[in-house]
Amino acid sequence: MIEIRAVSHRIAGTPILHDITTRLPEGRLTALIGPNGAGKSTLLRLIGRLEPLQAGRIRVAGHDIATTPTDRLAQVMAVLGQQTLIASRLRLAELVAFGRWPHHKGRPTAADRAHVAEAIRTFALDPLADRFMDELSGGQAQRAHIAMAFAQDTEWLLLDEPLNNLDMSHARALMARLRALVDRQGRSVAVVLHEVNYAAAWADHIIALKDGSILAEGAPDAVLTEELLSRLYDAPIAMGRHQGRPLVLHHA
Amino acid sequence: MAEALTLAARPAALRPVWVLAGLACLLAAVSALWMWQGLGGGGNRGFVLGLRANKLAALALVGVSVGVSTVTFQTVAANRVLTPSIMGFDALYVLLQTALVASLGIAGFAGLPATAKFLSEIALMVLLASALFGTLMLQGARDIPRMILTGVILGVLFRSLAGFMGRVMDPAQYAVVQAASFASFNRVNATLLPVAGAVTLLAVLAAWRMSARLDVLALGRDAAVSLGLRHQAVVIAALSLVALLVSVSTAVVGPVAFFGLIVAGLAHGLTRSASHGVLLPAAGLIGATILIGGQWLFERQLGQAATLSVVVEFAGGLFFLYLLLKGRIR
Amino acid sequence: MRILPALSLALIALMLASLTIGAAQVDLRMLRQDPLAMLVLVESRLPRMLAVALTGAALSVAGVLIQALVRNRFVGPDTSGTAEGAALGLLAITIWAPASPLWLRMVVASLAAMAATALFLAVIRRLPAREVMLVPIAGIILSGVVGSVVTFVAWQHDLMQFVGTWLGSGEFSGAIAGRYELLWIAGGAAVLAWLAADRFAILGLGDSVATGLGLSVDAVMRLGLLAVSVVTAMVVTTVGMLPFVGLVVPNLVARLMGDNLRQTLPVVALAGAVLVLACDLVARVVVAPYELPAGLILGVLGAGLFLWLLHRRPAHG
Repeated sequence: MIEIRAVSHRIAGTPILHDITTRLPEGRLTALIGPNGAGKSTLLRLIGRLEPLQAGRIRVAGHDIATTPTDRLAQVMAVLGQQTLIASRLRLAELVAFGRWPHHKGRPTAADRAHVAEAIRTFALDPLADRFMDELSGGQAQRAHIAMAFAQDTEWLLLDEPLNNLDMSHARALMARLRALVDRQGRSVAVVLHEVNYAAAWADHIIALKDGSILAEGAPDAVLTEELLSRLYDAPIAMGRHQGRPLVLHHA
Repeated sequence: MAEALTLAARPAALRPVWVLAGLACLLAAVSALWMWQGLGGGGNRGFVLGLRANKLAALALVGVSVGVSTVTFQTVAANRVLTPSIMGFDALYVLLQTALVASLGIAGFAGLPATAKFLSEIALMVLLASALFGTLMLQGARDIPRMILTGVILGVLFRSLAGFMGRVMDPAQYAVVQAASFASFNRVNATLLPVAGAVTLLAVLAAWRMSARLDVLALGRDAAVSLGLRHQAVVIAALSLVALLVSVSTAVVGPVAFFGLIVAGLAHGLTRSASHGVLLPAAGLIGATILIGGQWLFERQLGQAATLSVVVEFAGGLFFLYLLLKGRIR
Repeated sequence: MRILPALSLALIALMLASLTIGAAQVDLRMLRQDPLAMLVLVESRLPRMLAVALTGAALSVAGVLIQALVRNRFVGPDTSGTAEGAALGLLAITIWAPASPLWLRMVVASLAAMAATALFLAVIRRLPAREVMLVPIAGIILSGVVGSVVTFVAWQHDLMQFVGTWLGSGEFSGAIAGRYELLWIAGGAAVLAWLAADRFAILGLGDSVATGLGLSVDAVMRLGLLAVSVVTAMVVTTVGMLPFVGLVVPNLVARLMGDNLRQTLPVVALAGAVLVLACDLVARVVVAPYELPAGLILGVLGAGLFLWLLHRRPAHG
C-alpha cells in the first residue's frame, strides 16, 4: 500500500498540490487521471522520490520515502518518468540490464541476466535487443524503458504517462501486460493516464485530480460518472458501457 | 532471446579490450619517440633525458586529467559537447589563484612552498566548484542549454574578475598568477609535478571506482533515482573529482578549453562503449597520446613549439561546431 | 515614458564628469582663462568622451540589429564572430599590404567582419529552431574558433600586440583628437539602422511574417549585416572590442519598453552610451592615477547583468 498524508507541493512558488491525503491499494492497478496541470504527474513523481517532498509524508509498502535510503527504495518500487532521452549510446539490452542495478550494484549474476531476458521477452523486444537506443522509434524506446522498470522486479511499479508515443495496439498491449502483472504476479501498479478511457478499461482504482486536489477516488464505476467527469474536465461528458466496463464518450 | 543477449554482449565485451590495448601501445610508442628520438650521445645525455622525462610526465599528466575529467563531466552534464573548461572550471581556478594572492598578500601566501600553496588552492577549488557547479547542474537540469550558457558566461565573469584583480593588485603579485592564465605546453610548471602526479593518480582511481555509478548516472536523473542511485551525492562527488583534475591541468600548463572535447569524442567513438570502466581509461590514454605526440610534432619536427595549444583549441572548436550542427548537443 | 529624460540627464552628467576627471585639472568654468586646460579639453578629454559615447551607442544598436537578424536575444556583436572577423581582416591587410591607406583597411576589416557574421548566420540556420540557447553557444564557440585563427596568424607574424589591442578588453586611453574619428562612421551606421528601424522590427517577427508583409527579407538581412559589421570593425580598430554592451543593453531596454524599434533604438543608443561612459569613468577612477581598460569593468558588470537576464523569472506565467 502507498499512503500519502497531507502532501502539498509548489514549483517556483506556484502551488501544484494542496494537502493530498489518500491511499493506493496494493495488488491493484491504480490510475491517476485529470486534466492538464492537475498535478497527477507531480504526485507520481513525489511518490517515486523524483522530486523532493516539500510537505507531508509518503510511505510505500511501509517505507517512508523521506527517511528510507534511496537504494533500498529502488528494491521496493520502480518509477519511470516522462523524460527518457539518454546521453549514452546504449543497446536496448544494455539499457534493460540496468534495471537490475539496484540488486547487484555493478556485478550482475546469472539470476540478474535471466530477469533481463524475461523483461525483454515480456515486452516483445527480442528483435530489437541489439539495436542502439538512438536508432529506435519513440514508441520502441518507451517500451524499452518500461522493460527496464519491469526488470527491476519491485513490488510497486510507477509509470508517468507510459502511453505517450505508443500507437493503439502497443498502448493496449502495455495496459494488458500491466493488468497481467497485477493479476498473475500480485504486483501493484500506479500509472498516470492522459486518456481516460484506458483507465476505464483497465484500472481497478482511480484517483481523479483537479487543480491540485483529489476530486474523487475509488472503483471505476464509482468515479467515472457523467456528473463527476463533466466537473473534472469542465465539459459535458456522457457515459456508455462496453463489455461490462464504463466507456467515456466525449463527442459533444 | 539468449542469442540476442549474447550478440549484444560480444562486441561490448571484446572490442574495448583491444581498443585499450592498442591505445596503451600507441602511448608507449609515442613516449619512447619523445624520450629517445634524436638523442645524441655525449656528456649531456643524462641531462637531456631528465629534461625530457619531466616534460613527458607533465604532458601525460595533463592529457590524462583532461581526458578523464571531460568524460566524467559530460556524463554528469548528460551532454557530449561540453567540457569543464567551456563551463568555466579553469576560469574559476585562475580567479581563485588570483584572489588568494591578492587577499593574502605576496609575503604570506605566495611565500608558502609551492606544494602547500597548490594543495590549499585545489582544496578550496574542490569546495567552491562542487558547490557552485553542483547547484547549477542540479537546479539547471530542466533547461540544459540555459545551464550551459550560464556556465559559459560564468567563465567570462571569472576571467574578467581575475583580470580586474590582476590589474588592481601589485605588479609583483600579478606576475605570480599571470603565468597560470595562459595555456602553454612549453612552460611547464615542474616544481608541482610530484604532488600534481599524486593528486591526479588518486582522482583518476577514484573516478574509476565510481565507474559503475557513472554508468547509471548516464541514464539520466529520473532513471538513476529510480534505480536507487544517490543522484545528488554522486553528482557532487563526480564534480569534485572534475575540479581536482582541472586544477591539476590548469596549474601545470594553464587553461585548455576545447581539447577535452576531442579526447572525449574520440574515447566514445573508438570504444563505442557506454561503460565508464572502459571510457575513462581510454580517455586518459588518448589525452596523453595526443599531447605527447602533438608536442613532439610541433616542437621537434615543425619547430613551432608555441602553437600546439592554439592548434588544439582551433581543432577542438571546429569539432564542437560540427557536433552542434549534427544535433549532438542533447 | 520617463526613461528617455532620465537617460538624457544621466548622459549629460556622465559626459561632464568624463570631461572633468583625469590627471590634468580641467575646470569647465575657467576655460577662457586657461589655455592649457582648453588644449587638454579639445585634444584629449572631448575626443575621449565622444569616443566612449559613440562606441557605447553604436555597439548597442548593433546588438539590436544582430538580435533581430538571428531572432535571438542572447547574442551580441561580440559573440557572433564579428569582432574576430574584423581582426582577421585587419591582420590580413597588415601582413599583405602594410602600406595600404586607412580607408582600404577599414573596408577590408568591415568585409571580413561581414563574412564572419554571415558564417555565424549560416551555422545557426542549421540548428534546431526551438533550441534558443544553442544560438549564443554556437556564436561564442565560433568567435573562439575565428579568434584562434587570428592568434595563430598573429603569432606567426609577430603581431600579437595588435591583436591584443583589437580583441583585448576595449580601452579608451588612446582616444585623442585624430585617433578616434572613425567612430563617427560607426555612429553613422547606427543612424542608418534607425532609419530602417521598422524593417528590422518586422524581420524580428520571422521570415514568414516579414514576407507576408511584403518585406524583402534578404535585403533587410544584408543591410543589418552591413551595419553590424561596419560598427564592429570601426570599434575594433579604434578602441578594441567591448564585451557585453551589444548583448545587455538591448535586452534591458526591450524589457522596459518592448521591441518597437523605431521608438526604442534611440533609447538603446542612449543607454549604451550611458553604460560605457559609466564603466570608463570607473576604469579611470578606481586605480587612479593609473587606468584600467573599460572593457574589463564591462566584462564583470556585463556578465553579471547577463546572468541576471538569463535567470530572471519570465514576466508572464
